[in-house]
Amino acid sequence: MPQQQNNGRRVVFWPGNEVIPEAAIAAGCRFFAGYPITPSSEMAHIMSRRLPQVGGVFIQMEDEIAAMGALIGASLTGEKVMTATSGPGFSLKQENIGYASMIEVPCVVVNVMRGGPSTGLPTALGQSDIMQARWGTHGDRPVIALTPSYLDEAYMETIRAFNLAEKFRMPVFVLLDEVIGHLSEKIEIPDPSEYELVERPRPKVPPEQYIPYDSSESDIPPLADYFSGYRFHMTGLNHDKTGFPTTNPAICQAENERMMRKVDAHLSEIEKYEEYLTEDADVGVIAFGSTARAAMVAVNDARERGIKAGLLRPITLWPFPEEAARNLGKRSKGIVVPEANLGQLIYEVQRVAGCTGPVVGVNKVGGVPIYPGEILAKIEELA
Amino acid sequence: MSDHFEARFAAVGGQGILLAGEILAVAAISFEGKYALDSPTYTAQVRGGPTKVDVIIDSERIQFPRTTAIDFMLCLAQRSWNQFAFDLKEDCIVLIDPSLVHEVDERYRIYRLPIIEITKKEMKKMVYTSAVSLGAMAGLTNVLNPESIRKALLQKAPPGTEEPNMKAFKLGLEAIKQLMASG
Amino acid sequence: MAMHYKDFLRIDHMPHMWCPGCGIGIIVKAMLRAIQTVEWPINDIAVISGIGCTSRAPGYLDMNTLHTTHGRALTFATGIKLMRPDKHVVVISGDGDAAAIGGNHLVHSCRRNIDITLIIVNNNIYGMTGGQCSPTTPLGAKAATSPWGNADPPFDISSLCKGAGATYVARGHVGSGVQLERLIRGGLNHKGFAVIEVLSNCHTQFGRRNKLSDPIELINNIVAKTVNVRQAAKMSREELAGKYPVGLLHQDEEREEYYEAYKKVIQLAEAALKR
Repeated sequence: MPQQQNNGRRVVFWPGNEVIPEAAIAAGCRFFAGYPITPSSEMAHIMSRRLPQVGGVFIQMEDEIAAMGALIGASLTGEKVMTATSGPGFSLKQENIGYASMIEVPCVVVNVMRGGPSTGLPTALGQSDIMQARWGTHGDRPVIALTPSYLDEAYMETIRAFNLAEKFRMPVFVLLDEVIGHLSEKIEIPDPSEYELVERPRPKVPPEQYIPYDSSESDIPPLADYFSGYRFHMTGLNHDKTGFPTTNPAICQAENERMMRKVDAHLSEIEKYEEYLTEDADVGVIAFGSTARAAMVAVNDARERGIKAGLLRPITLWPFPEEAARNLGKRSKGIVVPEANLGQLIYEVQRVAGCTGPVVGVNKVGGVPIYPGEILAKIEELA
Repeated sequence: MSDHFEARFAAVGGQGILLAGEILAVAAISFEGKYALDSPTYTAQVRGGPTKVDVIIDSERIQFPRTTAIDFMLCLAQRSWNQFAFDLKEDCIVLIDPSLVHEVDERYRIYRLPIIEITKKEMKKMVYTSAVSLGAMAGLTNVLNPESIRKALLQKAPPGTEEPNMKAFKLGLEAIKQLMASG
Repeated sequence: MAMHYKDFLRIDHMPHMWCPGCGIGIIVKAMLRAIQTVEWPINDIAVISGIGCTSRAPGYLDMNTLHTTHGRALTFATGIKLMRPDKHVVVISGDGDAAAIGGNHLVHSCRRNIDITLIIVNNNIYGMTGGQCSPTTPLGAKAATSPWGNADPPFDISSLCKGAGATYVARGHVGSGVQLERLIRGGLNHKGFAVIEVLSNCHTQFGRRNKLSDPIELINNIVAKTVNVRQAAKMSREELAGKYPVGLLHQDEEREEYYEAYKKVIQLAEAALKR
C-alpha cells in the first residue's frame, strides 16, 4: 500500500472493507467476533490479522448469533468491540442486538448491505436493511445508524460509531453497501490528534453504592467493568434501576422511555447530514451511501440544464435528520428518493418532509447501482 | 472534468488483473497527486471465472464510483470480452491478445498485442502478464506518465520480483510502441 | 471450612422463584460450596445464564452475573473469557437452553476447549414455559407438547459433550449434593471446557404429567436410574439400558485450552509486526 505523507497524514488506497477495521482499531476496538458472510468477510480477515498485533482478540464464532453474544460479553469487560455482517447475518443477530439495547452495553455492528430477501444477491449491491436497522429487533429501543458515502468519511464515521456507542451505552450500526465496501479510493488517514475518543461513563461511587441503572444524574447511567469489584446483575427482562427484573408497569414504562431519550434528547449531537445546493432547490433529492454519490452527479447535471436541484445526504440514517428533510420539503416542488431497494427510506421521507408535491423513488434491486442519469430523469419529471 | 479517465481490465481469475488495476490507481494517487478509485467485480471466490476491475482517475474528487464511459479496456479472454465489453466510449482504446480474444467489436480502436507470447518467451513466468500489460497500457494511453505507472509497479511488486517486473513493464511498453509505429 | 452461603448470595433477593422441592437449590448450593473450596474471590467470578428456570440462578449470586438470551449464554461467556482469561467464568443452563436452542454453541464450546465451566441442570423438560418436551425428555414421556407420549429420541448430553471435545465431563444428580460438589469442584479446577450434567427434578412440569408429582418420589426415581461410573464399567450394554452412569466420565488434561492456543497466535502476529 502506498504510504506517502500529506500534511502529516498517511495517504492510503484501501477498499472500504479495510478502512472500517483500521478505523475501528484506531478508535480503540480490541475485540471482534464474526462469522463468514459476503460481502463483509474481508473485515474479519483484516481483524484476524491485526487485532492480535494490538493486544486484542479476534474470534470466528460458530454462527452469527454467537458472534453477537460474544461481542456483548467482551464489551462488559470494558473493551471496545465490533462485528461485521451482511443482510442475513444482520437478521440473525437481531435478538442479541435487542439484548444489547436492553442491558445498555456499547458495541458497533457493521452491516455491508446486499440484495435480499433471504440469500438474495450475496455479491451485489443492495441498500436493503434500512428498516431492519430501525425495527429489526422486537420492542422499542433507540437506534443510531451511520451511512458513510466516501471512504474518508467511513473512517471518521467508524470512529464516531465507537464514540456514540460508548457515550450512549448502546449498539451503533454502520450501514455500508457493497459498492462502498469493495471500492478502493484515496484516503488520508487522520492523525489521532485530529479526533477525540470517548469512553463509556464509569461509576464514580464506591462499589457498595453502585446502582447499575441509576439515572438520577443522567439518562445514561454509568457502567462498571466486569471484575472491577462492582458486582452487579444484568438481564434482558425489563428491570429496575438495580438491574433486577421487574414487572411494575410504571417502572417498565419509565425505564423504556429513558432508553429512548438517550437518542431523542441528544439529536443535535448525533444527527449528521450534508446539504448540497439545497438553499434554492426546486427539486430535492434525499440519498445515502453509494447512491448519494450518483445523486450528487445528477444534481450537478440538473443544474447544468437549468434545474435547481439540491441534495440532502443523511449520514445518520437513524436518527433521520427530520428537520433538514422538512426544510427541504417545504422549499421544493417534489423530492426524489433513490435507494437500492424497492422503497424503504421513502416512507420516512414521506412521513417527515411535509412536501406538498410528489415524493418519488428511484428503486433498483438487481444488484447494479442506480446511475446518475436515472436520478436526473426523475428530477426532470418533477421540475 | 476533461481529465476524467475510465479504464477496465478484464480477464479470468488468477491472471493478476485485480492487482494491475490497483497499481494504475496507486500510480495516479501517489505519483501524480490525482484522485483514483478501483472497484473489482466481486463474485463467489473461485478461480478461472471472468473477472474485471474498473479504475477511474480524475484530478477532482470522484463522485459516481462506477464507470459510465470507458476510455481504455484491456481484455485477455474472449469470455471476459463477451461479458464485460459494455459502457465503452465510441473511441475507446481496446488492447487485446489476439491468441485469447478472437471476436471483438471493430468499431473501437483495437490494438492486438501478443502479450501472452511475449511474457512466455521473454519472462518465462506467466505471473508477469500483468506487468507486460501495464507497460503496453502505459504506452497506449496518455492519462498518466508511464514513469508513474512504472514506479507504482515497483512499489507494489512482491519483494525479490522488482527487477523482472521492471523488465516485463519495459517489454510491454516497447512492444506497443513498435506496434503503434508499424500502424 | 465453615460454609456461609450468605457470603455468596444476594439475600435481599430471596425468596427465590423456584417451586418448593426444586432441585436447582441443591445444585446452586453444591456449586457455592465448590467455589468456596477453590477459594475464588467473588469479584473474579462471572456467572452467565440463558433463559429458563435454571437461568434465574445468577440473579441470586453476589458475583458478576448476566442473564442473557435463550440458549446463548456460552457465547457471552466466551467473549468475557477471551478478554479476561485470568478470571473465572461459569455458565449455568437447563437442558432445553443448553442442548436445544443452544446446541450449536454447546458443541462448539466443547470443540474449542475454552476454559469455562458449564453446569447443565437436566430435568428433562421445559419448566418455565409450561412443560414442553426437551431434547432430554425420555421416549414415551408425557409433556405439554407430547400429550400422547414423546416420539423424539433424547440426547445423552454427557456423551454429546465428550464426543464434541469437552475435556472434563461429569454427571451428578440432586440425590447426592456431596458428590455433586466434588464433581463441580473438579470442573472449576480443570483448565479447559468442563461440563457437569446434573440430573434434576421438575415435579411440577415433568413429574405431574408422568405420575411423579411428589418431589421426593421423583428424586428417588432419578437416583434409582443412576449407576456409579466405576460400576457401570463392569456392566453389559443390556444391563446399562435406561441407566445413567454418574461420576467423572471423562477427563483430558493434555489437550490445549483455547486461549493458550490463541496466545501463540498473538506471539506470531506480534513477531510479524516487528519484522
